[in-house]
Formats: sequence, structure tokens, C-alpha cells
Amino acid sequence: MIILWTDALIYLLIAVMLALGLYLRGKEHIQRPLQQIGCNKIGMVSLVVLLFFVLIGLLDSVHFKPADDKQNEIVSLLDYWATPLREHGEKTYSAPFATTLYSKEMMMLEDGSMQWGYPRLEFGGRHLTNPETETIPDILQKALYGWAQGASLIVFFIFLMWTLSAERYQRLTGNSTAKAVLAVVFVIVSCSYALIYLSGYYHVFGTDKVGEDVFYQAVKSIRTGLVIGTLTTLIMLPMAIIFGILAGFFRGWVDDIIQYIYTTLNSIPGVLLIAASILMVQVYMANHEADFTSVIVRADMRLLFLCMILGVTSWTGLCRLLRAETLKLREMEYVQAASALGVKQGAILLRHILPNVMHIVLISVVLDFSSLVLAEAVLSYINIGVDPTSYSWGNMINGARLEMAREPIVWWSLTAAFVFMFALVLAANLFADVVQDAFDPRRSGNE
Amino acid sequence: MNNPILAIEHLSVTFNYRQTVVDDISFAIHAGETFALVGESGSGKSITALSVLRLLPNNARLKAEAIKLNGDDLLKRSEFELCKIRGRRIGFIFQDPMSSLNPVMTIGSQIEEVIKLHFDLPRDALKQRALELLQQVEIPAPQQRIKDYPHQLSGGQRQRVMIAIALAGKPDLLIADEPTTSLDVTIQAQILALLKNIQQQTGMALWLISHDLALVSSIADRVAVMQQGKIVETGATAEFFSQPKHPYTRKLLNALPSMQSCLTHSAEEKPPLLQVSDFYCYYPIRKGLFKRIVDYVRAVDGVSFNIQQGKTLALVGESGCGKTTLGKSLLNLIPGSGRVVINGVELNALSGEALRQQRANIQIVFQDPFSSMNPRMLVGDIIAEGIRALHPKLSPEQRKARVGQLLQQVDLPEDSALRYPHEFSGGQRQRICIARALAVDPKLIVCDEPTSALDVSVQAQIIQLLKTLQQEKGVSYLFITHDLAVVAEIADDVAVMYKGKIIEQGSVAEILTQPKQAYTKKLLAAVPVLEVGQSADKR
Repeated sequence: MIILWTDALIYLLIAVMLALGLYLRGKEHIQRPLQQIGCNKIGMVSLVVLLFFVLIGLLDSVHFKPADDKQNEIVSLLDYWATPLREHGEKTYSAPFATTLYSKEMMMLEDGSMQWGYPRLEFGGRHLTNPETETIPDILQKALYGWAQGASLIVFFIFLMWTLSAERYQRLTGNSTAKAVLAVVFVIVSCSYALIYLSGYYHVFGTDKVGEDVFYQAVKSIRTGLVIGTLTTLIMLPMAIIFGILAGFFRGWVDDIIQYIYTTLNSIPGVLLIAASILMVQVYMANHEADFTSVIVRADMRLLFLCMILGVTSWTGLCRLLRAETLKLREMEYVQAASALGVKQGAILLRHILPNVMHIVLISVVLDFSSLVLAEAVLSYINIGVDPTSYSWGNMINGARLEMAREPIVWWSLTAAFVFMFALVLAANLFADVVQDAFDPRRSGNE
Repeated sequence: MNNPILAIEHLSVTFNYRQTVVDDISFAIHAGETFALVGESGSGKSITALSVLRLLPNNARLKAEAIKLNGDDLLKRSEFELCKIRGRRIGFIFQDPMSSLNPVMTIGSQIEEVIKLHFDLPRDALKQRALELLQQVEIPAPQQRIKDYPHQLSGGQRQRVMIAIALAGKPDLLIADEPTTSLDVTIQAQILALLKNIQQQTGMALWLISHDLALVSSIADRVAVMQQGKIVETGATAEFFSQPKHPYTRKLLNALPSMQSCLTHSAEEKPPLLQVSDFYCYYPIRKGLFKRIVDYVRAVDGVSFNIQQGKTLALVGESGCGKTTLGKSLLNLIPGSGRVVINGVELNALSGEALRQQRANIQIVFQDPFSSMNPRMLVGDIIAEGIRALHPKLSPEQRKARVGQLLQQVDLPEDSALRYPHEFSGGQRQRICIARALAVDPKLIVCDEPTSALDVSVQAQIIQLLKTLQQEKGVSYLFITHDLAVVAEIADDVAVMYKGKIIEQGSVAEILTQPKQAYTKKLLAAVPVLEVGQSADKR
């Protein structure tokens, strides 16, 4: 097993979250909002969708060198399981579920003569003898078959629950939220089974310019999106929170210095900083070639640096918001009462200021998460985003934009990237709304 | 009687289809009459007024047989027609003059804007009319003032401008929703006199909404009392106050603090607990590029006083006189200079850790029970905060027991510890704040207007609680207030503050009955008192 830098950080993040979960287990006043989230239909459904994305991202974060591989390449678990998808390349563009290429070519017929036409794909629909008539029934049949597999798995699981413990079965299907969650799990699992089964025979989302499967690209991009969204926030948050609260609470020269820092940072165009740092990494990697032998390691290093520099350039906005809020909060009477009670300043910051700015942090983290995923797309556009060889929705969009003017239009790369991005960002936004409602004591009381 | 100006028949307002705020009320207001609708907060009096103008929030549902303005049913008027009635035939004055005026427009243009809505006047006449209105509301030098922005006016003047705006449409009915609540007593009296005066000049009807029975008794012709959405009693003022029929009305009247109670305090001398001498608190005014200090705001300007053990000193004054600043700077929340000695320890000489340890001696209870507790902390944690900070050695069980005991002392159920502050009413929150202050066994509690945000009956309970705690624990209070009636109830000594200085101090009986300074006399004269049959029903 090989641990890349971003992998390590992701594992660290998960460890921290688990530890936090254990720590909060006994806390009664944290439990109540969590239970409220647990009873919220939208919250739980979007959580399931998010977890599904996270699961794919995690599968894609376990890297190793397979023993049977000839090319000495580092692959992830996801790659390993999707090996056919990875290797079934075509020559160039092909539409979703197509059996022929998207552009005409000279091809040799069986009798040896040459003809100008659409050649058959090497892998998509290979098993069909007469594509014109067989395609649609075949797709339906295979989709149904895959779907039935997934569906029966879930049904089997429920059946297992029922036989093992009737009480637990009751709890699982008793209330409407659990039913909704179960329904969503059912839909996700059965549909992904259908998609996986289909993608063994077809290119479900078509292929791109160099003939790579777009479905595979979109799935691989999930990890990049999640890494950019979470790691950047992780780097940005401590800076924004610490600086913002300190500036607002202590005012005076502390405030002056912190304001000076972020005004300076803000006045440098972010793109310039990002371009410079990416260039630096590239130079560094060129000078230390021995340490960066594989393409994946290089791409990973660049991704990590992109996260860091995005974090450094994006904390100022949140910091300013938090400073303003803290300025307001420090004049609140409960803060004065606390200092009259002899509470130390550090404790005031932790107990009174921090919890009361958390809603701002939460909202801006989610908004930033979405905007960072989008920012990555923009940066890829000017070639200072993630490595061109790594998969990301930004790279997909960037590649697709060149073909927007083509007639007939090549729409599937863009659509696939959009659908995946949309699902992730929407789920994250909805979930954050619910979390925010639950943790605001003034609102949760009225329910 | 002749036809009423406004007749409300069977009005009900429901929020979210379940919460009935106004419950089947009917009443009428006649021309030239001052009608007062009295009730505690949440009784639905403001909602009643808003539903006449159909200005209710979206989640409210209004049901009524008729709301007749001069015999014309407003319920049958469309929204468009109602726009012409609002401001033209019914004027409205809101409680808060600070937020009701647009800060970026001159008061003149704001008045002219309203006149323009209702009358088609040429420009000169418009300005002339605005000037007339300003004269009518007795703003001095209206020629100059008309070009002023709201922030250049004092609170009382802003309320006068609001009245001028309400009068701009020459309404038949003026609704005043708590017009004087956010004003000082002396200004409150002026505004009421002005309203009465204008009413007599124009002959319009005045509908006054208030929680203050004493204030109402001096101005209204008829009074109605509202409780939980219902009108429980209506009557002519004299009759109403001399023979209240409904038990709720009697309860309200009894809850009123009365000026007579000061005579019952004991005059026994006790050793001083807090000695303050030559205390100053200046705010620097900084100007220019390098923020040089050009001048100071003298918030507290050389103040000396003593508080005896187990006694209460009331600090009285109008808003902006520096009384809150003084209270907070005694706790070192605002830097001040001078000698503050409590229990033999000189507080101003201390700093850092030594000061933190001494903080247990003085505690504070704030005016606003809503902003004085962290909304994200459980009540138990809020109360335990001081214990944790000053007695870190106590075990969690001991702390919990102490919190339970404190909750009991302030008459709150013990399970309150596991609830959030927003689940409590204003009076209960104030009890929590008192428990928080008591947690560290203070010798002195600074009470910064602890009752002014509360209803009368709740106010009486809190004062009773403070008195009981004083008897049990021998704690002293510095009671900061603008309400002289409350002072009579609780204080042993009184200090009157004016522009950062204490101009008069002495025992409560002395100050309230034989004030020496002209300012104190003015303050006392401005306090609205129940004029009729007050002592008869006091029990």
C-alpha cells in the first residue's frame, strides 16, 4: 500500500472526525440537535447522498501497486475494480451508449474495399451483431438485470435484518425519515448496480477526445472535488477563525496587524499567487525528479499545493466576517457578565465568542466548498489548476468547452461533470441548512 | 352617543392557524376622545392596532364582523383604497423614534413626503405646511431644524417629528403605540402634554396603547384592559381606577410600585461596604490622522458615594447621565480612575490575577434579559460559569448541587439547568441572571435597570425577589434606574446623577419627599402617578 500526501491528510481528517464523534457521544446538549438532524428527511437524504460520494472518494484514496500489473503503476481500489473501464479506450469521441465513433473515418470493409463512414467501437457494444436493431432492447435488458441485482441486494439486507432482529427492523422502517433514507439507499444502490453492469458493455456517458470513458472520469473526479473542498477549508478555517476572533476581541494593535495582513493579501490577485506557487512546485518537482517518479505522485503533490494556496488566498473573507461579528459580540452583556465573573479571556473566547460565530463559519464553509469546487474548474481553464493528467470536473469542463462549437455538439463530458458536481454541491448545501437549523437553539425550540 | 370614529366589532387575530393573539374583542372610539388600551407585553394590544390598518405579518389571519371608520367598513376596502386611509384618516406613531425615521433624509423632506401623498400642494405650500406641523409639535426654531437629519435631534425631538408626520394627513384618529416607552420621564411628560394639547386643538380621537397604568390615568378618558387577547374591563378613567372590577385589573394596579412605600424603610446605620471617592470615567475623543486625543467625553465626572452593608443605593438619572457607565466601571468593565474600596480592598490598585480573584465581590445584573445570556449555553452552565472560574477546585457534582440550590433561591424549577435561555420568559431570564450573579457569593450586586424591560406584575416579583435575597444574604445593591417609583420600593438611599455628577444624595424618604435640587424636583414632578383612588385599592 502506498500513502500519498493527500491520502494521509484525508485519513487524518477522518480520524479527527471519529475522535470528535467519540468525544461528543456523552454530551447531552449536542445529542439533541443531532437527533433532530436524524429526524429531518431532507437532512438525512442529503447525508446519504454525501456519504455515497465520500465512500467513492475514500475508495479512490487507497493507493497500492497491484501485483499482477505490468506497467508498475500506482492505482487506487476504485481503479482496480474499474480496470475494464480504465483500459477500454476508444479512438476518440463517442456518444453515450453509442456503438460507433462520433466522427466519420475511412474504414476497411471485409471485402477489402475502403469506405467513408462511422466505424464500430472497439469496446462499446462489441457483443452486438446488428447494432441498429439490437441496441435499445439490449440496453433495457442489461439495465434491468443490473438494477435487479442491486435491488435484490437491498431486499436481502432488509430480509436479513428482519430475521435477525424484529425490533431493529421495526426501528429501521418505523418512521418516515427512515423510510425515506431506505428509499434513497435503494435507488442509489440499484441504479449504481445498473450503471456498473451497463458500463461493462457500453460507454454510459460516452468517451472523450482521446477515447477515455467519461463515466470513469466523472467518478474519478469525485475525489479531486472532495479533496479540494475539504482540505482547502481545513487549511483556511483555523487561520480565518483564529485571526478573525482575535482581531475582533482584542482590538488595538492586534486588530491593526491582522487587518494589515489580510488587506495586503487581499490586494494581491489570487490567480497570481496560485500561478506562482504552482510554478514553484513544478520547478521543485523538476529538480527532485527522483522523489516524484510516478505521474500520480506528481499530480498529487500539485493538488496538495493547490489546496494550500487556495486556502491561503481564501481565508480573508471569512476572517473579515468573523472580526465584524466578534466586534458585535464582545459588547454583548453576557460577555461582560463573564468577565465580571472572573472568567479568563481564553475561556470567554472559547465559550462565548466561538460558539456564537459558528453559524457563520458553517454557512461560509459550505458556500466555500461549492465555490472551491467551481474555482478548481476555473483554474483548470487557465492551466494552473490540478495537473492536466489528473481527473477533475474542471479538466472535464475545460476539455469539453473546446467542443461546444462543434456540430453536432459534444455534450456528454460537460453534462456528466455538471450532474456529478450538481449532486454533490446540492447535497452539501441542503445538509448544511439542516445542520445550521438544528444547532441554532433559538430555532430548534419552536419545532 | 353619536357615531364613533372607530368601531371594532368581534375582532380576532390568529397566528399560524393555532395561536390566538386577539380573541373576539369589540370596542369603539368617539371623536375627541382619548382611549387607552392597556395590557402587558404579549397581550395583543399592538396587534389590535395593526389589524385596523391591516398591517399584520404574513402568518396572521384576521377575522372580524366589522372595523368601521366613521361608519365605513375598512374590511370591505381593497388594499389600494386602504393605502389612502393609512396616514390620511388614521395616523400612527410607533414606539421607537430611533428606527422609525430614515437616517439619510432631512426631517423636512420626510414630513413633506407624507403631505405630498395625501394633498396636492405646490412646493412652497408644502414647505409651509411642514413648518406649521413642526410648530404644532413645538419644535424650537423650526426654520433651522427642518433641514436637520434625524441623528441631529434628541430622542424626544425625534418623537415629536414622528408625531408631526402622523399629523401630516390631518387624521381623524391618531394611534399612538407606546409613544413614550423609550423616552426619559421628563420628556415622556412633555410628549404626553403635547399629544393632549394637539388633540384638544384638532378634535381628533386619540388611541393610546400602553403598558403603563399610571401614565394612562393622567391622560385617558376611557381605559380598556387587555389580557391574553381579550378585553377584560372597559370604563371611564375615574371610575376605572377608583373601582376596578376585574381581578386582573386589580392585580395590575396592586403591582404598581408606589411612592408611598419609601416611608417604611428602616434608618438604621450599618458599616460601609463600598466606598467610592473621586471617581472619573472619561472617554477620549480622537481626531485627525494620528488619532490624537482632542477632548474627553466626561461620562462620570468626579463621583463619591458609600454603600452600607445589606443596604440598597439607588442611582437615579436620565439616559446619558453616566449611571450605567459608573456601574460598569465599578466592575472594571470600563476603565475608570479614582478610589474604589470594597470590603477593605482597593479594587483600582489591582490588576491581572489579583483583580480576577476579587471579582467575586461585585456582580452585575443587566437591563436586557435577552442579550445578557449566551444563547448557546445551557442555563446550568451559565450559572456555573462563575463557580468554575473562581472556585476551580469544586467537583462537577458539587457544582451541580450549587446550581440546583441557586435555582431554588430564585424560584425556578431545578430542571431549568438543562434548558436554553430562549425557553424562558423575560422575568424568568432575569431570575437566571440574578442566580448567575449570586453564584460567587458577591457582597454587592450592581443592578442596571433590571426591571425596565419587564411587565409591571413581573417587575414587582423581581423586586420582591431582590428584597428577599437581601434579607437572607445581606447582599447590598447598587440599583441603577430611571424609574422613581421603583426606587421608592427598594432603595434605602438615593443618589441623583446629572451629566456625570451626583448632584444630590440622601435617604430615600428625604430625596423623594423633600428634594433640594431643582433637577430632582423636575424628575419627581414628571413621574406619572395614579391620580384617583390609588390608596383605596392598595393591599
